[in-house]
Amino acid sequence: MTRRSRILLTALAFVAVGGIATFAAAPGNPKAVSQAGGLWTDKDGAPTYNISKDGTVDWGTFIGYLRYTDNCLRCHGPDGSGSSYAPDLAQALKQIDYSQFIADVAGGIKAVNTAQQLVMPAFADNKNVMCFIQEIYSYLRARSTGALGRGRPAKSVPDPKGFDEASYKCLGIPQ
Amino acid sequence: MKRTTTWTGCAALGVLACLLLAGTTAVAQTATNGNEAAKAPAATSSAPAMNVTGPSAAQEAANPDNWAMPSLNDAATRYSPLNQINASNANHLQVAWTFSTGVLRGHEGQPLVIGNTMYLVTPFPNTVYALDLNNNERILWQYTPTQDPDVIPVMCCDTVNRGVAYGDGMIILHQADNTVVALDAKDGKVVWKIPLASYKVGATGTDAPLVVGNKVLVGVSGGEFGVQGFLAALDIKDGHIIWKAYSEGPDNQILVNSDTTSLGKPVGADSSLKTWKGDEWKIGGGDTWGWYSYDPKLHLVYYGSGNPSTWNPNQRPGDNKWSMTIFARNIDTGVAKWVYQMTPHDQWDYDGVNEMILANLRIDGREVPALVHFDRNGLAYVLNRENGELIAAHKYDPDVNWTTGVDMNKSSPDYGRPKVVEKYAPGSKGVNVNYTGICPAALGSKDEQPAAFDPQTQLFYVPTNHVCMDYEPYPVAYTAGQPYVGATLSMYPGSGGYMGRFIAFNPVTGKTVWSINDQFSDWGGALATAGNVVFYGTLKGYLQAVDAKTGKLLYSFKTPSGIIGNVMTYMHDGKQYVAVLSGVGGWAGIGLAAGLTDPHAGLGAVGGYAALKDYTTLGGQLTVFALPEK
Repeated sequence: MTRRSRILLTALAFVAVGGIATFAAAPGNPKAVSQAGGLWTDKDGAPTYNISKDGTVDWGTFIGYLRYTDNCLRCHGPDGSGSSYAPDLAQALKQIDYSQFIADVAGGIKAVNTAQQLVMPAFADNKNVMCFIQEIYSYLRARSTGALGRGRPAKSVPDPKGFDEASYKCLGIPQ
Repeated sequence: MKRTTTWTGCAALGVLACLLLAGTTAVAQTATNGNEAAKAPAATSSAPAMNVTGPSAAQEAANPDNWAMPSLNDAATRYSPLNQINASNANHLQVAWTFSTGVLRGHEGQPLVIGNTMYLVTPFPNTVYALDLNNNERILWQYTPTQDPDVIPVMCCDTVNRGVAYGDGMIILHQADNTVVALDAKDGKVVWKIPLASYKVGATGTDAPLVVGNKVLVGVSGGEFGVQGFLAALDIKDGHIIWKAYSEGPDNQILVNSDTTSLGKPVGADSSLKTWKGDEWKIGGGDTWGWYSYDPKLHLVYYGSGNPSTWNPNQRPGDNKWSMTIFARNIDTGVAKWVYQMTPHDQWDYDGVNEMILANLRIDGREVPALVHFDRNGLAYVLNRENGELIAAHKYDPDVNWTTGVDMNKSSPDYGRPKVVEKYAPGSKGVNVNYTGICPAALGSKDEQPAAFDPQTQLFYVPTNHVCMDYEPYPVAYTAGQPYVGATLSMYPGSGGYMGRFIAFNPVTGKTVWSINDQFSDWGGALATAGNVVFYGTLKGYLQAVDAKTGKLLYSFKTPSGIIGNVMTYMHDGKQYVAVLSGVGGWAGIGLAAGLTDPHAGLGAVGGYAALKDYTTLGGQLTVFALPEK
């Protein structure tokens, strides 16, 4: 089993077991407890960040920055700061735990009425998003607590062994 | 925001099943499926066409009181011969009347005025209003199409629409969902409508059509979704497709033949296919969402194609023809007479869709039938529009650094190609490398906001973006209808710390005659007038009138929201008016609503430049100006 598919299954198990029960809760203590394949998790098993005192960010959070900026910026703005038509995620993530986050991203959100026409697409079948959903959450979580500022993280730990191969495999791109 | 979560496609399955699908079934999809899905539905009208007639677009555009084409005329000069408002009295301008569109998203484009009626269209839901200028702008009719809200998130960079077109007594609307509809200009009743391409694969409509004789020219948006771009000519009588010319693909799709040239030489067989790996062209972008112009003497229509998909250049080796290309096509057949690719193998998202201004320029003592184009890549191109000969290509922003210029040596094998600076080329060292300090940024030295040409001063008035970027490409997977991008960008102000310049530019000499710096990008289109006054709008919301010769500010008024619309003018009852749509949004609303970051501020710094949201907020409104009664 590759690291990528293992992460995806971990996410599924998390949603299946604890996710629904904690619907729409605040995310809890972000303290990083354990690490696998460059990705840190908190005591509840939700993805989180691990930023050292000199500002070096963990690999998962760094990848989260990259993939957020690729897939989410066009609506949610640079650094998750919102745009003229999509919410500021550094604020919104203060109230959204991982299970709610993954549900919103996979299923999309619609707020269409006489006052506004806001639609977030369902990303469930978008590998560019779903292969990195934990990383994107870690990144936005760091933004929401203020642990990470704006812009590209200046320093990150090196990529864990096999990360590229696993990414290509999850994305379905031949190397 | 009220949170109403909808489980699109997941209602019956639950989150778990959706995620399993994401992890398993989706992996089986391949990039080559894209083209099948991207094929347009059959070109059929939904109902028998009513018989509506009226003066042609060209006839109405010939009346200087009207603004009957999106770019004023088919040459796209945005130069009005009206001169009641001039450099000596523009400081007395006042607001004559206003109109709220009722929509909060980004308002690009401009209204039309034909006789006593003004026509304007809003961003999604694309409501068209007809206002009676004889009766205090009373709403004569309005038309709101029924569109699936699922089109909203597949519109890259906001749900903008750049305007309706007029022809033969009808108002033509290109809806967000890619339906083209003709409305009776008198009562707004639908005359015909046809679906052009499917928004389910990310193909959307944002452009203003151009009506030439009996043809409606219309393109497609979707470069961030791998949509194979095309320009279509529809019959204005019933909407059926007369021809459809793709940007990439086999010769019978891109409509080239043995007479088609590039820089004076035949393009030869399979000119596009040879420049793509395998079937990548099927999801290769090259979308055509900008402006179209037309030369009635040469019977040629001009437009540009957009970025090749994906934004990761390493995934699509080759020149990726004919993305980033200026096309000159025969209006009757669609066959290309000449093509010129400005940015082969794009590595920056420098779409080539900006307006093609047809201007007769005095060069070395003779008058040249020129085409002038201010490209996203930061170069201002001058070509002979008859044969596609390259006359000049000058940088129009001092920061442009990805190229040292275009090879102008006719005997060079690289003639006409930009000389690329490797360290600013995100394909040069492969993926997962952060290429820093590239100018201009992906939104270009200028985006879709059109420039204007004043034949008196022989100058072009150009709203520009003075923004640079870091660009990091990496592998990306294609899924129909999902974003297909593959790069992380970080954008920041150019040299001097500001983001916009409104310039008077001579593209033949490359000289900037005057320049007005702006804290934010200048994202509103320019208007030049015979009164020696040039108008434009700013992101902070100011409508500005400046002296065409000197750039001196003559008048400034803060409208209710940031301006990304294009200033227009018209005459009614013997009085000249100037109008502009406010309503901040678009690409500018994405990057600038949150403020751009300062790359030098370092990790953890608050670091945001003063944000646009400190100056303006959302709101669609038309503001119309005139001189006071004497």
